[in-house]
Amino acid sequence: MLRIIKERLHQQYRTLDYPNRQPALSPRFLGRPELAPVSCGACRACFQACPTGALLPTAGREDGTPTLDMGRCTFCGECRAVCPKGAFTFTGQHRMASFTREGLLVVPGQPHAEQPTPPRCALFRRSLKLRQVSAGGCNACEADSNVLTTLVYDLGRFGIDFVASPRHADGIAVTGPVSENMRLALLDTFNAVPQPRLVVAVGACAISGGLFRDSDQCNKGVTDLLPVDLFIPGCPPNPWTILDGLISLQK
Amino acid sequence: MLFDYRDTVPLAGMPPVSAEEMGDFLRRYLAEGWRLLALFGLPESQDHAALAGLCCVLAQDSSHYLAALRTVPLQSFASMTPSAPQAHLFEREIFEQWGIEPVGHPWLKSVRRIPDAAEAHARTLAEGGSLASAPQPASAPFAFFRVEGEEIHEVAVGPVHAGVIEPGHFRFQCHGENVLHLEIALGYQHRGLERMLTRGPLARCLPLLECAAGDTTVGHATAHCVLLERLAGCVVAPRAHRLRRIGLELERLANHTGDLGAIAGDTGFLPTASWNGRIRGDFLNATACLCGNRFGRGLLRFGGTACDLNADECADMLHRIRASGRDVRGAVDVMLHSQSVLERLTGTGYVSRETAQNLGMVGMAARACGLKIDARFHFPLADLPNRDCAPRVETSGDVLARTLVRSNELDDSLRLLEADLDTLAAIPPLADQAPALDAASLPPDTLAVSQVEGWRGEICHVAVTGPDSRFLAYKVIDPSFHNWTGLAMALRGNQISDFPLCNKSFNLSYCGYDL
Repeated sequence: MLRIIKERLHQQYRTLDYPNRQPALSPRFLGRPELAPVSCGACRACFQACPTGALLPTAGREDGTPTLDMGRCTFCGECRAVCPKGAFTFTGQHRMASFTREGLLVVPGQPHAEQPTPPRCALFRRSLKLRQVSAGGCNACEADSNVLTTLVYDLGRFGIDFVASPRHADGIAVTGPVSENMRLALLDTFNAVPQPRLVVAVGACAISGGLFRDSDQCNKGVTDLLPVDLFIPGCPPNPWTILDGLISLQK
Repeated sequence: MLFDYRDTVPLAGMPPVSAEEMGDFLRRYLAEGWRLLALFGLPESQDHAALAGLCCVLAQDSSHYLAALRTVPLQSFASMTPSAPQAHLFEREIFEQWGIEPVGHPWLKSVRRIPDAAEAHARTLAEGGSLASAPQPASAPFAFFRVEGEEIHEVAVGPVHAGVIEPGHFRFQCHGENVLHLEIALGYQHRGLERMLTRGPLARCLPLLECAAGDTTVGHATAHCVLLERLAGCVVAPRAHRLRRIGLELERLANHTGDLGAIAGDTGFLPTASWNGRIRGDFLNATACLCGNRFGRGLLRFGGTACDLNADECADMLHRIRASGRDVRGAVDVMLHSQSVLERLTGTGYVSRETAQNLGMVGMAARACGLKIDARFHFPLADLPNRDCAPRVETSGDVLARTLVRSNELDDSLRLLEADLDTLAAIPPLADQAPALDAASLPPDTLAVSQVEGWRGEICHVAVTGPDSRFLAYKVIDPSFHNWTGLAMALRGNQISDFPLCNKSFNLSYCGYDL
């Protein structure tokens, strides 16, 4: 007993008072990208380097910096590495979640706009219970969701919990590209959640299929299958990105 | 064909033999203590309708030698499982992927098709949808093994579990609280990874394999890069070897820390459970200091690494790791000093040495049964000093043994990290970038193998190139592939309430198995 108390004193109090205090992330962390408008001419190096096809021609500016779709981006930084004009910057900003799919598009020269929380989320402002469904995920998104229940993040103090039964849940948090073998189980779980209910897509795979979008064994994430209320990009998203996203549902 | 584990083998040096000869070869070598690393269907060409034969790779830990053999194209062969149980899952996989039937296999069930694949197919068509060109279920769903009797009841769990974990289905045959048999049906995470590796561009293989099992990103990425380097004859700088080892050992520390916390949690010993959850994150954040990603995505490149550390960064990392190392040692020692914890772990989830050997179990779970298998020592990736580290072996085969192996390996990993960071701080960072991989530089018609001791155990990748230097076959064998059956065996004779604890003590990967 004394041994436990002594060790308890050593281990200290570790919960971060988020969002009042911001976490210190690795200087090498690749967060929200920013794109500078440049003239690309015939250069398509970034298109070829991107493993998930996250770069799209910018509407109306076909010869200029492409638009980056964070919903597909794995934040590998290859586009930044190959761009001869230095158009890509990855900031250290971890706040990236969006209520709309279009909100994940980073358009060159267009500043990031904060989105208001949709009114339908207000019901869950002080108590949000989510059933997590892993559907073909590689266990990285799952691990970084699970870690929110540890004492650094302490998800429970926001009134948010991961629960065991869909019957106890206000929505589902989906990870993975939705393998064909998990599609029915995912839909059955969603249908078991009482209405009104939310769908949160966590990670590039769940949003767009990610690296597996071309696999004949996978769907292209949950976006085409269910109405998604919150998109949390990343491969996997940093736990602070997920926490920030979940908290944004409560505002 | 015998060869050193670092060498590649031209297919011309592996003349095809008959299935009987391969069976004899396999039995003879396994009897001499060799292990079956891989057994898979090897097509004759990239043509979709090509016929396939079998190809097997074995390893002898004591001599550092590998042996490989292939057969002529087959329709069926006499199952080797009855006399060589290590082949059981490989043969099932071959039947599923190639339709080559192992005649006489005692349990010829699908490996990755889910039990309700037929239902899924029917429902999809009824809803007017189209199946993504997924292959049809090979046959009617294969029933679960059933124990008959008036007092027997069955418990079915999954695929969606009561936690934030991956999907899988568990079927228990119980007599009261006692588990007579557990059958584990996986496949829900199947993403078609191996097919994407052989059909897609070579440059996409690394990011895909980093996602083979997210918690073993560095392990699988290392296995892939080493395999390509062996094929291309590329020499990796010692500094890059050290950076890779830092990534691997950080991965081991993070996962062992998390697992020890989870074992504490399922024992009801909450202090260690909550501390380790946090300390695991500290090790993941140290990995993020190395490459920006907590799981080590983007750390490795063909020929080296994508990141380096200067002297200041080494010192900072060393400082972090010493602090986290002290924290985890303290947290785990508190647990291991608690009589009630030891009482709960002792004798639970026992796997005998003989069972572990017969099933071909690997890694931490095999070492807990007394098998001295550790690819870091038997098949080292580079001749870096090992700093008094050794395969950590326990003999009791229970949850306690798996806990102690992990606990001892924490110290080893910390020592290796200290040594590597000290060395890296003393010499200047690499000036030149790793060489780019040219797909054409891979030799045609060649087999290569890589083995990496990930935190769960030995990760094995086997690649065979065709006449055009593209992959004819790329096999990914996660340690979970061998060890899931070990978990099923561990449950026999235990109570169903022991399952969570046993499961945590193995902590196997679903997606690493399902691919």
